[in-house]
Amino acid sequence: MGGTSFEKRLCRYGKHDFIMIEESTIKEGIKTQEYFVNMGPQHPSTHGVLRLMLELDGENVKKVIPHIGYIHRSIEKMCEKDSYRQIVHLTDRMDYLSAHMNNEAVCLLVENGLEIEVSDRVKVIRTIMSELTRLASHQLWWGVMGMDLGALTSFLYGFRDRELINDIFEETCGARLTMNYNVPGGVMFDIHPNFQQKVKDFIKHFKTKLPEYDDLLSNNVIFRQRTEGIGVLTKEDAISYGITGPTGRASGFSNDIRKHKPYSAYDRVEFKEILMETGDTFSRYKARILEMWESMSIIEQLIDNIPEGEIQSSAVKAVIKLPKGEYYQSVETARGELGVYVVSDGLKSPYRVKFRSPGFSNLFILDHLAHDYKIADLVAMMSTIDLVVPDIDR
Amino acid sequence: MYNFSSLTQSIHDYLASTLSPELTSVVEWTLIGVLLIAFVALSVMGLVYIERKVAAFFQLRLGPNRVGKWGLLQTLADFLKLLMKEHITARAADKFLFNLAPFIIVIAAFLAIGAIPFALGLHIMDINIGVFYISAVSSIGVLGILIGGWAGNNKYSLIGALRSGAQIVSYEISAMLSLLAVVVLAGDLQLSAIIESQADGWWIFKGHIPVFIAFIIFLIAGTAETNRGPFDLAEAESELTAGFHTEYSGIKFAMFFLAEYVNLFIIAAVGATVFLGGWMPFHIGNWEAFNTVMDFIPTIIWFFMKVGFIIGIIMWFKWTFPRLRIDQILVLEWKYLLPINLVNLLVVAFIAMMGWYF
Amino acid sequence: MDNESLKSKITAWEPDATFVEEGSQFLNVIITPEKVLNLANKLRFDENMLFDFMFCLTCVDYPDHFMMVYHLRSIKNKHEMVLKVKIDNKEKPEVETLSAIWRTAEYHEREVYDLFGVVFLNHPDLRRILLDEEWVGHPLRKDYVDTVNMISL
Repeated sequence: MGGTSFEKRLCRYGKHDFIMIEESTIKEGIKTQEYFVNMGPQHPSTHGVLRLMLELDGENVKKVIPHIGYIHRSIEKMCEKDSYRQIVHLTDRMDYLSAHMNNEAVCLLVENGLEIEVSDRVKVIRTIMSELTRLASHQLWWGVMGMDLGALTSFLYGFRDRELINDIFEETCGARLTMNYNVPGGVMFDIHPNFQQKVKDFIKHFKTKLPEYDDLLSNNVIFRQRTEGIGVLTKEDAISYGITGPTGRASGFSNDIRKHKPYSAYDRVEFKEILMETGDTFSRYKARILEMWESMSIIEQLIDNIPEGEIQSSAVKAVIKLPKGEYYQSVETARGELGVYVVSDGLKSPYRVKFRSPGFSNLFILDHLAHDYKIADLVAMMSTIDLVVPDIDR
Repeated sequence: MYNFSSLTQSIHDYLASTLSPELTSVVEWTLIGVLLIAFVALSVMGLVYIERKVAAFFQLRLGPNRVGKWGLLQTLADFLKLLMKEHITARAADKFLFNLAPFIIVIAAFLAIGAIPFALGLHIMDINIGVFYISAVSSIGVLGILIGGWAGNNKYSLIGALRSGAQIVSYEISAMLSLLAVVVLAGDLQLSAIIESQADGWWIFKGHIPVFIAFIIFLIAGTAETNRGPFDLAEAESELTAGFHTEYSGIKFAMFFLAEYVNLFIIAAVGATVFLGGWMPFHIGNWEAFNTVMDFIPTIIWFFMKVGFIIGIIMWFKWTFPRLRIDQILVLEWKYLLPINLVNLLVVAFIAMMGWYF
Repeated sequence: MDNESLKSKITAWEPDATFVEEGSQFLNVIITPEKVLNLANKLRFDENMLFDFMFCLTCVDYPDHFMMVYHLRSIKNKHEMVLKVKIDNKEKPEVETLSAIWRTAEYHEREVYDLFGVVFLNHPDLRRILLDEEWVGHPLRKDYVDTVNMISL
């Protein structure tokens, strides 16, 4: 019987990184070596520019080393020279799938800092737009999840339904993706006269389509086998790694900002926080599907009674100066808790802005989860963690 | 039913009367070769076009519709583009094997097509061990895949090739065993005899449940053998590699591509021949009037309709289901399909002995 | 626990800690770099504290010191606070890593090292994360100049 011996050696891979790898154990006379595979910055699916170095032992993943920074645009540095109204425009380039919610975070921070109350109409409109954005983001996520696992048709079904939401946005806000509809103090324009009817029609249409999503993927035995029991994330690990959003809620970690610290109109609607127990890939998937149902329920409760009121609060001046101090505002985006931390000197630009992005914390759970799974499982896990790389890199 | 052997016989007589016997043979072989290559080329172009249109139909979009009327010339344009691409060979690649691999796989495909009867009297060879022969030569294709993955000197394509190889070798067993179910009932390996035995109804109806189960298993095993549909992990591991044909470019890649679609045609043709009656029209027992009406449709049309039906099902699989992982693929074969197949074969043998079939 | 009891408990552990409450919506506790590991351990594991969720980790560059800011939340006890560490040495800013206590800190600290240059002692893998390995300088510092790439208005 051969003994075991470890040799650690320094291995240089790529241009920049050194990493210690173990030359794998010598078992029974056969010397095996682990090797590195690069899942390069370009991906066939829309994950974004994320580079993953995988250390593989045969088919099993031993270590995942993510390399980020390919789309780092130094938004935080730019914010130190911009006024608060300009910062709102930078935020929706971060997680572009929850653009409206990112804008809302900064606007709420300014309004709370200046202690201004916005009208009910603004609150309800913001909530409806946020939930529509959440739906659109989850639809895209669902499409990409199917595509990653090989069901290429689901990509187009997800986008087909997403187009309807984009059309609604285009009519009211003027843009399909980076809406910039929120301003500190209110919203930029009043809703289009067709808005309510279109949203109601969309909800009616999508309610018939969401069961189709279940038929295509959730109830498919191949899909279930690929996702059930894979990548189990325990609740303690979720809390320790700071995993927010549906990824954390699927492990039983109750972190929904809409419930714990309600903002806008969330305190006047009834909705469930989707918590699941197992924390595997399938429960993360199911959590988002159920969240889509909850989003539709929130919109239905609000869409018929949008109160009258002013669109922009007159208490917000043209040049916004936050009083000296520190402010923190968090919102629940489609991916998790987006926190905005502002240190202000009383001038018209903040002294320091920090965006606590959900993707940055959620990304690094991959290494913890993917140990000893296969590459195909890693792809499934990465889809359910739902990464948008501009959110990670800012 | 029109018998093509009258046509082939008249061509043979004409040639034999004008040329010497050796020259006649040579001319006949050349003619058959040219026709076969033309048929394969056209059918692959058609299949690729149909696949793109079917995929588009499932995905609520249009598919190719610009190049030529209804996009019919799309595949021709793609083929011309591939023809003009540079042949890149890695410096450390094994040149001889690298160039050999696409040929092996294409040769295997062509050998198999030679045994398939397209219509009454229209076949290249009518071997007396037809089913066995087809299974044997389609196994040669695995060599092409393994050599292709090895010769590129690329560790990722080697992994892809080994995975493909393991998958194909496993599923061949199931495919062959499911064909044996009908062979037992028909009593003969020769393809024309199997088709003749379906003159009073196709085996999938006559052999009721066990043959139906064998057909389902054949469909699954056939899809896995051609590396298609939910079993395409080796080539569609799109995050990582393109499988065993990563290192190929230009016309060599086109040959791998062509071989995949020809294999698809072969699987569909063998399935149609053995289970659905090949060129035999849809007859029901001895309902003479009905059968004569069915006979009006030419046999070659019947054959292509059945092949089209099976190809349609196989394409449907690909665009609907997610992919299986490699260990799930092998588990499916060795733990599920193979035992079911063996039991089914015993049941069929029992039924054949007792005469409990139509 | 409300802010008063938090203050009294923390003062019992670290008499030198200072507290700031106005100008912020949380209780801010400011301590020196040597004491941070001890206090962080207590904040994480003490029965009445149980701050198990660190939801923001960042650094602010003031003219004469760096201020590390850790936002903490307790899931069970439902209170929040901000732990701040004042690093006076701007040439060689160093502080102990908290990644053994809160796993999320490992990556946020890499980002702070990348953009500010604060060295975290005993960090498992302290390398740049957003910028290239060969980048010189720490961009989020106020005195960072880059005549080639930066445009000042």
